[in-house]
Amino acid sequence: MSGRGGLWRDALQRLAANRMAMLCLAILLLMTAAAVFGPPLLGFRQDQIDWAHMAVPPLSAQGHWLGTDRLGRDMLVRTLHGLRVSLAIALSATLVSLLIGVSWGATAGYLRGRADAVMMRVVDILYALPQVFFVIILTVLLGRSPATLLAAIGAFGWLTMARIVRGQALALREREFVEAAIVGGAGTARIVARHIVPNLLGPVIVYATLTVPQVILVESFLSFLGIGIQEPLASLGNLIADGAVEMETATWMLAVPAACLVLLVFCFNFLGDGLRDALDPRDH
Amino acid sequence: MYDKSGFAEAASFFVRANAAVMTMLGFVARRLLGAVPTLAVIITLSFMMTRLAPGGPFDEDQALPPAIRANLEAAYGLDQPVTVQFGRYVAGLLHGDFGPSYKFRDFTVTELIASGLPVSLTIGAAAILLALALGIPAGIWAALRQDRIADRFVMSLAVAGISVPVFVIAPFLALVFGIWLRWLPVAGWAPGKLTDLVLPVATLALPVIAYLARLMRGSLLEVMRAPWIRAARARGLPQHRILLRHALPAALLPVVSYLGPAVAAVLTGSLVVETIFGLPGMGRHLVQGALNRDYTLVMGMVIVYAALMIVLNLVADLVYAWLDPRIRREGRT
Repeated sequence: MSGRGGLWRDALQRLAANRMAMLCLAILLLMTAAAVFGPPLLGFRQDQIDWAHMAVPPLSAQGHWLGTDRLGRDMLVRTLHGLRVSLAIALSATLVSLLIGVSWGATAGYLRGRADAVMMRVVDILYALPQVFFVIILTVLLGRSPATLLAAIGAFGWLTMARIVRGQALALREREFVEAAIVGGAGTARIVARHIVPNLLGPVIVYATLTVPQVILVESFLSFLGIGIQEPLASLGNLIADGAVEMETATWMLAVPAACLVLLVFCFNFLGDGLRDALDPRDH
Repeated sequence: MYDKSGFAEAASFFVRANAAVMTMLGFVARRLLGAVPTLAVIITLSFMMTRLAPGGPFDEDQALPPAIRANLEAAYGLDQPVTVQFGRYVAGLLHGDFGPSYKFRDFTVTELIASGLPVSLTIGAAAILLALALGIPAGIWAALRQDRIADRFVMSLAVAGISVPVFVIAPFLALVFGIWLRWLPVAGWAPGKLTDLVLPVATLALPVIAYLARLMRGSLLEVMRAPWIRAARARGLPQHRILLRHALPAALLPVVSYLGPAVAAVLTGSLVVETIFGLPGMGRHLVQGALNRDYTLVMGMVIVYAALMIVLNLVADLVYAWLDPRIRREGRT
């Protein structure tokens, strides 16, 4: 919305006033920056074996801030690489489900009638399927690569988005300001661009923010079970699985990636809640 | 002799009660019929996915001699057209036969399901019951102490419980209670040994407890603001009566509708829990099957999991209909 930009400026102000959400945003930006730029600065490759320092605890060996694993690989570098993989998959799978979900839902909501009924029936049927299990079948069939994981998660991730967008589109068509715009002589294109889309954007942004942690959890879940990202590539899930094996003697191997994952998911959830409160102030 | 009006009242009571039972039965029948196409889609989809995929169950590191390969495929019926294979598979399913496992050569999938299902059901049911028994009271307590220390405490725990995934909780609990404190076994499964169950059940229940507590708190707070609660207050009813008779039945509805997703979460979580704690349940068979590319095993397990979810969702819907007077009267959702 150009001009006064009321809705978005108000929302930004409300978000900025939410200290916890801003802290989470800062942490997320920091983690992303660390995942993207960190590894080359630390002086170890993720698969580099340091024969002199195997399974050393954090802060006890030169350069290995968070210790090393059983093979002498630097934990900090591997965790940052895992973070990078998890973030990349989560963001691209969210983008895929955003594209499919928004176009599917907007089309159904705009066409209404029989087309809407058929399209939403498809969503209902897919909704009833146990999704994680179908993602497992897909990864079994297509081999365990990051691309498979992305496709499998994206294939099921768009359903809720489609429902939200369709509901919004249906409701928005009937609203007074749309009628007012019609009375004012606005064409379909202008109504969609100026009235429908800006009002859709809020819930879409909120739900997309809340989809990212969901995808991160599914990806790590599969990688933890050994069905997702494979060694030597690190992901938060397979790092936690490795750490769980070693936890009796080397607690940090579990604690480092687990803390990283929990912080990531927590911050995304909190930021999503904050965005929802900022964009939809009716609850307050 | 007959008190006519009383008779009429009794008769109309029976007619009404009967009608309620009939609408309830109709509701169950409709929902069961509705589950059939879903199950059919699940079976067809999983079958087609496994058959359309590149590579077969006998692709191993060492290529098999062609003659042996052909014999194996003939023995498992894989040389037939896909439609014939599908027909055979569905016919088998109707007899409770999920086919042979391609990798566990001595077992049929049905045998693996039969051995795993009781284990998975035991820990799953225990986890759901534990979550209900702890999550709902915690949520009520937090709601009644809104914005006080108890509320803050319960809700921070709940946020933590929701953000920490099962595959982090499980090793963490095993580390603290199994390795450091040595109170409980880290892994294992002996029939009738309850200590083996504590950590897996606690792991599965924790996220559900956290979610239930949040849901219950929010829903009760909302209901307490409703006009009929204010009316009850105005009539001078005591607090406990308002809570138990007026607020709780309404506030429980969102909790009941969460039961379906809760069952899905517990069933998914059991994959991790059974793997970590070494329980011989369906989840571990599924993970093993997925790692071995054992198609029939994975398909069979997914079909059983899907059927379980459908049935348990139906139960949740029935409880919901029973609690919600609007649905109870109309007999439809």
